[in-house]
Amino acid sequence: MTDPVSILVYIFIFPGFLFLAAYALFLAYLDRKIAARMQHRVGPPFFQPLADFIKMLGKEVINPAGVDWRLFDAIPLVALAAVMTAFLYVPVTGASPLSFPGDLVVVLYLMALPTMSLFLMGWLSRNIFSAIGGIRAVTQLFIYEVPFFLALLTPAIMAGSWSISEIVAWQQQNLWIVFFQPIGFIVALIGLQAKLERTPFDIPEAETEIVAGPWTELTGRRLAVMDLTLDISLVVGSALIAALFLGGPALPWTLNPAWLNSAAGFLLFLIKTLAVLLVISSIKVATGRIRIDQLNDIGWKYIASAALVQVGIVLVINYLWVAP
Amino acid sequence: MPEVVVSIGPQHPALKEPVNFKVIADGEKIVRLELDLSYNHRGIEKAAEQRNFIRVLPLLERVCGICSHSHATAFAKGVEEIMGLEIPPRARYIRTIIAELERMHSHLLWLGVAAHEIGFNTLFMWTWRDRETVQDTLEEMSGNRVHYGMNEIGGVRRDLTPAQVAAALERLPVLEERIRQYVGMVNSEETMLIRFRGVGKMSREEALKYGAVGPTARASGVDYDVRRDDPYLAYAEIPWNVVTDTHGDVYGRTRVRIGELWESTQIVRHCLENLPESPIRIDTPKNAPKGEILSRYEAPRGELAHFIRTNGTDRVERVDIRTPTLANWTSVAACLVNQNIADIPVIVAAIDPCLSCTSRLTVAKKDDRGSR
Repeated sequence: MTDPVSILVYIFIFPGFLFLAAYALFLAYLDRKIAARMQHRVGPPFFQPLADFIKMLGKEVINPAGVDWRLFDAIPLVALAAVMTAFLYVPVTGASPLSFPGDLVVVLYLMALPTMSLFLMGWLSRNIFSAIGGIRAVTQLFIYEVPFFLALLTPAIMAGSWSISEIVAWQQQNLWIVFFQPIGFIVALIGLQAKLERTPFDIPEAETEIVAGPWTELTGRRLAVMDLTLDISLVVGSALIAALFLGGPALPWTLNPAWLNSAAGFLLFLIKTLAVLLVISSIKVATGRIRIDQLNDIGWKYIASAALVQVGIVLVINYLWVAP
Repeated sequence: MPEVVVSIGPQHPALKEPVNFKVIADGEKIVRLELDLSYNHRGIEKAAEQRNFIRVLPLLERVCGICSHSHATAFAKGVEEIMGLEIPPRARYIRTIIAELERMHSHLLWLGVAAHEIGFNTLFMWTWRDRETVQDTLEEMSGNRVHYGMNEIGGVRRDLTPAQVAAALERLPVLEERIRQYVGMVNSEETMLIRFRGVGKMSREEALKYGAVGPTARASGVDYDVRRDDPYLAYAEIPWNVVTDTHGDVYGRTRVRIGELWESTQIVRHCLENLPESPIRIDTPKNAPKGEILSRYEAPRGELAHFIRTNGTDRVERVDIRTPTLANWTSVAACLVNQNIADIPVIVAAIDPCLSCTSRLTVAKKDDRGSR
């Protein structure tokens, strides 16, 4: 799969841009529906996220007085491009054709960009609520990012490779990493929840305190694009966790013909991302919002320590048992 | 860090009613709070002076959309006292049932709002669903969900049929079971505990000093409840307990309200099971003799006081309404000091503020912006 056409198809149609956007809207729908059913509500109809997206694209774009509108237009697009690029390195049907040694680090870097753009947006908005929200977003970034990185890098240490596709291949030969690293898996889920700013970590956009945080001044297509960005982050994050901890799309044996293998891999990808979604939706429903200072305490005292302990355990395992 | 003024309201997405806070903050800590309450003056007191007693009751019910029965009962009770009337026992019991059902729906509503303020929307959805059970009962009894229109000077307007009593008794076990679940949730749900414990603390002395009333005061250990200390309706004949707590914070206020929810179910059950047989109203004179009275009533939010002055005609010369929210505001401003900015919504919500009911006066002041 090295000819330019199939690479373009991979980037723009499947599993890139087009499929990714559709799947992101589908996960957004499922997330809302699951939460609604748990809260004894009916929940949105199937096409609601798409309808919201289209509606917001058509709405008027308001430029707050004194705001650099070019930058304000550009930031959501940069964030969207970052998470979409990140998805290209995550295995969907099998190993990603674009993978290279070290793509895990790139994916983690690209996934941090939406938070940074939220901070920038809050800072640019010239609105007190946005500014507080932006500062909270970046404070929160410093708290969860370290344990999240540690948790996602331990699979790399175990597999001896910094490439996501190779980590998946390692799990194909051995066992799912979640069996070796249950603590890391939990830390990664918590980190993902914080990265996506979902309860209990929706501190930057706490609606009862600071309206919508950095999102306050976003209107029209900017809001639509930023919403889509977070939905896509959800896909990328759950796919990443599925790949690193749950064996990704790889089957333990090879099926013939090759398309059947890819189809089975794709099915596994869907099942595993949905499973991750179910877990993080349940966390969202079962908790309230904590305060930023409380998150600081919990994050550094417990979550970061847990991630470090996991790194230690992995180093010991690697020392005692050299993987084939 | 220099002091920053964060101005919230009167129009703000997080506020359900118009109020203006000027929060003076030093970093994340609150230094001082300035309040401007009166944005919704509706002239109810003046309007009440121009109607006869029959027409005043529906008007006063509209002071508040949640404790509508409280205002009507407080007024009717005061006028009856001036007239020297004793209402029949069945009417007293029916008034008590409606009053306690109202307390239940108010506290369930509050619990949901408090949970929503800390972003715990699941509890919000659940309590509001269970509140519907109470609303259905009220609708069955009175025909209305909000303004029940049950009161009349000298009794109540509608009797309870045996079928209504049976239907209400059937719904009570469901509510009791749900309330038991909420007791468990409040005491064990981790995010609720860390957001409620130690937040907005107020000692017993402070509560007395600032004149806090109702669950806000009882959560600080002030053992005071008009229903017991100045009994009215049927409260003196029913076994029930005043719920107090010693925590003094939002957690304590939650515990008091949930305890009162439980007590209310028991009061309603007792009243329904022991409903006395008697007429539901008595004939009353058209005019009230000259007199003054302070009619006190334990509304869901605390002590409600109606000052009524009559002058021998069929209307009041003056009625003055002091809602519990007004009594509690000072304590909010006091316990917000040194708290975190993020805790403003939950501390304010903890007194269950009802702003538009509180608005009793408006100040006409000419300034640069014109009149207000």
